[in-house]
Amino acid sequence: MTMDATNSTETILEVSDLQTHFFTPAGVVKSVDGVSLTLKRGEILGLVGESGSGKSITGFSILGLVDPPGRNVGGSILFRGEELLGASEERLRSLRGNRIAMIFQDPMMTLNPVLSIKTHMIETVLAHESVSRSEALARSIDALRMVGISQPEKRIESYPHEFSGGMRQRVAIAIALLHKPDLIIADEPTTALDVTIQSQILSEMQKLCRELGLGLIWISHDLGVVAGLADRIAVMYAGRIVEQGTVDEVLDTPRHPYTAGLIGSAPAANSRGSRLTQIRGAAPHPLNRPEGCAFRTRCDYATDICRQEPPETRGSNTQSWRCFHPLATSNLETLP
Amino acid sequence: MTAFVIRRLLQAMVVLFVTSVIVFTGVYAIGDPLEILLPADATMAERAQVARSLGLDQPLIVQYGRFLMNALSGNLGTSFVYNRPSISIILDRLPATLELAFSALVLAIIIGIPLGLWSGLRRGSAVDETIMTGSILGFSLPNFWQGMMLIMIFSVYLGWLPSTGRGQTGTILGIETSFATWDGIRHLILPAINLSLAKISLVIRLTRTGVQETMPLDFIKFARARGLSSRRIVTVHVLKNILIPIITVIGVEFGSLIAFAVVTETIFSWPGVGKLIIDSIKVLDRPVVVAYILVVVTMFITINLIVDILYSILDPRIRSKAP
Repeated sequence: MTMDATNSTETILEVSDLQTHFFTPAGVVKSVDGVSLTLKRGEILGLVGESGSGKSITGFSILGLVDPPGRNVGGSILFRGEELLGASEERLRSLRGNRIAMIFQDPMMTLNPVLSIKTHMIETVLAHESVSRSEALARSIDALRMVGISQPEKRIESYPHEFSGGMRQRVAIAIALLHKPDLIIADEPTTALDVTIQSQILSEMQKLCRELGLGLIWISHDLGVVAGLADRIAVMYAGRIVEQGTVDEVLDTPRHPYTAGLIGSAPAANSRGSRLTQIRGAAPHPLNRPEGCAFRTRCDYATDICRQEPPETRGSNTQSWRCFHPLATSNLETLP
Repeated sequence: MTAFVIRRLLQAMVVLFVTSVIVFTGVYAIGDPLEILLPADATMAERAQVARSLGLDQPLIVQYGRFLMNALSGNLGTSFVYNRPSISIILDRLPATLELAFSALVLAIIIGIPLGLWSGLRRGSAVDETIMTGSILGFSLPNFWQGMMLIMIFSVYLGWLPSTGRGQTGTILGIETSFATWDGIRHLILPAINLSLAKISLVIRLTRTGVQETMPLDFIKFARARGLSSRRIVTVHVLKNILIPIITVIGVEFGSLIAFAVVTETIFSWPGVGKLIIDSIKVLDRPVVVAYILVVVTMFITINLIVDILYSILDPRIRSKAP
């Protein structure tokens, strides 16, 4: 997928040098440690990384939903030009679910089991707009129809346990769409679903995002999902974005060894029968990350210089990476 | 739902039957009521005559058989002491106890739930610690001591409230109650507080634990991500979820409030069934004791049934499974 006309439109989100740390009794966990990213209207950014890389915390930070002992300690989050770090709780509340919506990973857990879908949706409408209940209901039914739920007038009376996982995630998406937000942060929303439902939801999200002109951050550990969905990819490792660029750039010519490792370890249709490569070692403990490049202990190319902080290097196009020993584009032939 | 209620009623009959056997045998074993009923210088002939008139000359199994036959027609025996049907003595006294237990329950809910929410939401704060320490006192200080302290402070030193009796009652909707007069309410305050202290502590702890278990759940975070106000999240999303365990415990506790108001009723000379049962046990008034326990068991069964019905109203997952 290539960048299309959306490239020239408004920048809705600009995160720079975001730092979110957790102050635990055992020490400070730098879950997000200098993340910078931008997002334009109508654009889909895939935020990829393994568990504990800080991708979800990045999403929660943007919404101002980091709970103690976590805290934003630095950086800036500009949402349509407005600084969100340090904004009042009331201001953040008025944005959440309204201009910035979030979809969670486990649809079994995100809806309150004792409240009906109708209650969930109407309260979300009324939290941000003073309209009549009947109008809130009408809008909720429209939103359910938009995400492909049949007989929404009837189904809206149901309770969460009466829906399957895929249907519940559609409900969560419909709730996210109620106020036609500018930005949706989706935290692994298809991970808990089976593959056929997953692909349906992916294509619907892509369509909705284009039609409604909203920015979408799709957090995932699955490169395959992101490859088919996103315009751009940002790869996170140990609280930092180690590489970002368009999907084609990052997947075809990864420059960071970690990205290359992720690509190599994913099964693909053309690699049947050959052994998948594996990134050696395990992700460092968050309290005890190597100084400098956090990936150096697992990296085949690491040298002494990697003990220092690698600066962000920009390629000739939109790709950028943080590595002292970026892979040459020709190295790729050796990767499956 | 109907099948469910019928099944529960059948179970209730079995429970009542088994209870009656145990209680009847138990009370029979405690002692001979003739020793207490008759003057010490009664002759053997007088003794035999009284025993025969009360049916105490028959073997246990025959006495129980008679009791059961009478019970099936609604007669739970005649009090040895008052010479009146035991059930009517109990029913005369029951409104006073129900009134006390109900007041204590209302106090437990309207004080316990807000304090529990407050404490749970401000975990580890000074407020939380204060409420928790208070609830430990509520739990662990003996009920009778709390009652005596209440009398000391509010009746003796401050002279604000009366310490004994039920006061003047009036009639509301055909029910004789203390709520009808100011004097009645004044008399009710101290015993109701005394009876409710331990229950307030219990409800505080239940609510606090519920809040702490519910707050980290994803649906609360999702509710916040939807931009709901904290007020709505706490009063609707959290409270409706934690109400299920609270209702269960409150239901069981309401039964025990009625059944075990004995201590409070004794301290405050409250003319309820608790005081009646203590007096009846002292004089081995067997029919009253047996009838009282059967009434209490019936109340427990009824309360449990109501709790089960409340569950299905609160939790849609149970509702759809009910037959």
